Amino acid sequence: MSASDAVATGTPRTGSPGSVPAADLTARSGPRAQNGGGGRSAKRKLTGREKRNLRLGLLFISPWIIGVAVFVIYPLIYSFVISLTQYSGMQTPTFIGFQNYIAAFADPMVHTSVGNTVYYMLLAVPIGLIVALLLAMAMNRNVREVAIYRTLLYLPSLIPMFAMSFIFIVFVNPQFGIVNQFLGLFGMPDTNLLGEPRYAKIVMIVMAQLGAGNAALIYLAGLRNIPETLYEAARIDGAGKFRQFFSITVPLLTPTILFNLITGVSGAMMVFTEAFIMTNGGPDNSTLFYMLYLYRNAFSYGQLGFASALAVLLFLFGMVLAGLIYWLSRRFVNYDVSAG
Amino acid sequence: MAINTLETGTQNLGQSPKLKSRSDYGRNADGSRQSPVGAWISRLVMLLVLILFSLPLYWMLISALKTPEELAQFPPTLFPTEFRWQNFSDAVTVMPFWTFFRNTAIITISVVVFSVISNFIVAYGFACIEWPGRNKVFFIVLATLFLPFPVTLIPMFDMWAGLGFVNTWVPLIAPALFAGGFFTFLLRQFMLQTPKDMMDAARVDGASEWSIAWRIVFPTARPAVTVIAIFAAVGTWNDFMGPLIYLQDASKQTLSIGMQVFRSVNAQDIQFNLLMAASFLVLLPLVILFFMFQRYFISGITLGGFK
Repeated sequence: MSASDAVATGTPRTGSPGSVPAADLTARSGPRAQNGGGGRSAKRKLTGREKRNLRLGLLFISPWIIGVAVFVIYPLIYSFVISLTQYSGMQTPTFIGFQNYIAAFADPMVHTSVGNTVYYMLLAVPIGLIVALLLAMAMNRNVREVAIYRTLLYLPSLIPMFAMSFIFIVFVNPQFGIVNQFLGLFGMPDTNLLGEPRYAKIVMIVMAQLGAGNAALIYLAGLRNIPETLYEAARIDGAGKFRQFFSITVPLLTPTILFNLITGVSGAMMVFTEAFIMTNGGPDNSTLFYMLYLYRNAFSYGQLGFASALAVLLFLFGMVLAGLIYWLSRRFVNYDVSAG
Repeated sequence: MAINTLETGTQNLGQSPKLKSRSDYGRNADGSRQSPVGAWISRLVMLLVLILFSLPLYWMLISALKTPEELAQFPPTLFPTEFRWQNFSDAVTVMPFWTFFRNTAIITISVVVFSVISNFIVAYGFACIEWPGRNKVFFIVLATLFLPFPVTLIPMFDMWAGLGFVNTWVPLIAPALFAGGFFTFLLRQFMLQTPKDMMDAARVDGASEWSIAWRIVFPTARPAVTVIAIFAAVGTWNDFMGPLIYLQDASKQTLSIGMQVFRSVNAQDIQFNLLMAASFLVLLPLVILFFMFQRYFISGITLGGFK
């Protein structure tokens, strides 16, 4: 039996791709758990076979158990602990209570970096969602050359962020950059875009759009799953292109949009590499993003306690944002028709 | 869902499964006939978009081939008047490029091999052995997917520093030995579909779980294994934060940080043609990988979309 056969026999599960995977998990493993041995209730004694399987199972997952303890649980607790201390990495940490958190809220650089990151997020994420959707629609066109579209639109997503940053340094170079020449056509005076607080973030937001290929492929899968018959019915009812797009495509893509929104937001929260390479936070701290400031505190200023407090705040902010997005998705995401 | 996607993914993506016959070409996504004029206008728009998205790669390549004088010209030339292939040989000598390349390759290959082995073993434990409580434990695997990495960054650094492993490759490679949330999840989803009869027959014949895992399940899981191998390879090859924090000596440095250091040290009179040539050489293995495994790339990404 070939691998693809094995996959094809998989139970086609309709419904909610964006939903919590947990639902998926229980749905699929329910029957297995039953014939594996009805004894899921803790009260019943395990049979010999179950005991043997438990030992074997734990043996097989033991690398993960060690990994999750060392690389997840321990660092998580440790982060909270050292965020309550003054710690440079050298001497022993001294407990200072919530001083780091108080300092973080008072620190003007924290305000600047939060402002920059939110600015980046509010522009890059929605624009990214739209650009990726447009790319996906281009990738989904029924024309002979569609394979070329897909390849060319996806290729920039392969370029590592550091190399893309180098390319953009050349692009926007005030002496010989093509972007300046292009903007000159519209009467814009020759400017060093990365040297201007007004423009540096914009350059990074534009640059991020070239990596929209990954999100576009996810949309593409979603587009493919929209039943053709819906469009046929809409056409018969006299719905035009735009009407079809906003009444069929967008609502049925909401689970996919939700997924791309979550990935986009979490990526934007941690934007770092491009600012580190292209501007190192400048000019005038206009690209000092939160992660960059966290990095500096931890690895340049030797303020591991303070940096940990920043990390914990980022973690909490992420949780709140995830909760918010989840709440919004309950209201707007459409799981009724199987589209995703 | 994820399983469905992988099926379409591995078999059909790269071609277009919707197209049944030639007569389907020239139709809109909704199936209506396009007018010839409309078709050409949309092709023109597409052409502009394609140029825009091809520009970074194109610019990288032509800048890598220009002479310093030509690169400094304004307005920039759209095609090199003279191909300076020497840029490539210069680029690999002005910085220890091949050292960086070799280091990155060693780290990447180690991470790929260890990730495949560790994640496969753990996924087998979650997918193919039925033990009481395994689904509850699997919830924890899923929960770790939502943990942002910055919150573990400082404790991990502190731990590796305490163990004396800063400025070695250990912090970059060792975590791959211990299976991570996303890869385990992908593999498990796929491996749940392995026919139980085959495994049970082997068990009746007295085969050990270990040999069932590697002889029966591993070959059938190959598409999913390929996907995680590609993900691990691309992620490690492009990694910036890890080497930035853990590596100091130039002799141990990876391409990402090595080139960044080269650029910032020579910031005053940086030779961009050499930097572009080196960037091209960094990208080349990724492009080759992409064209070799295009289907897996695409199916992996779409599969990732439904985690």
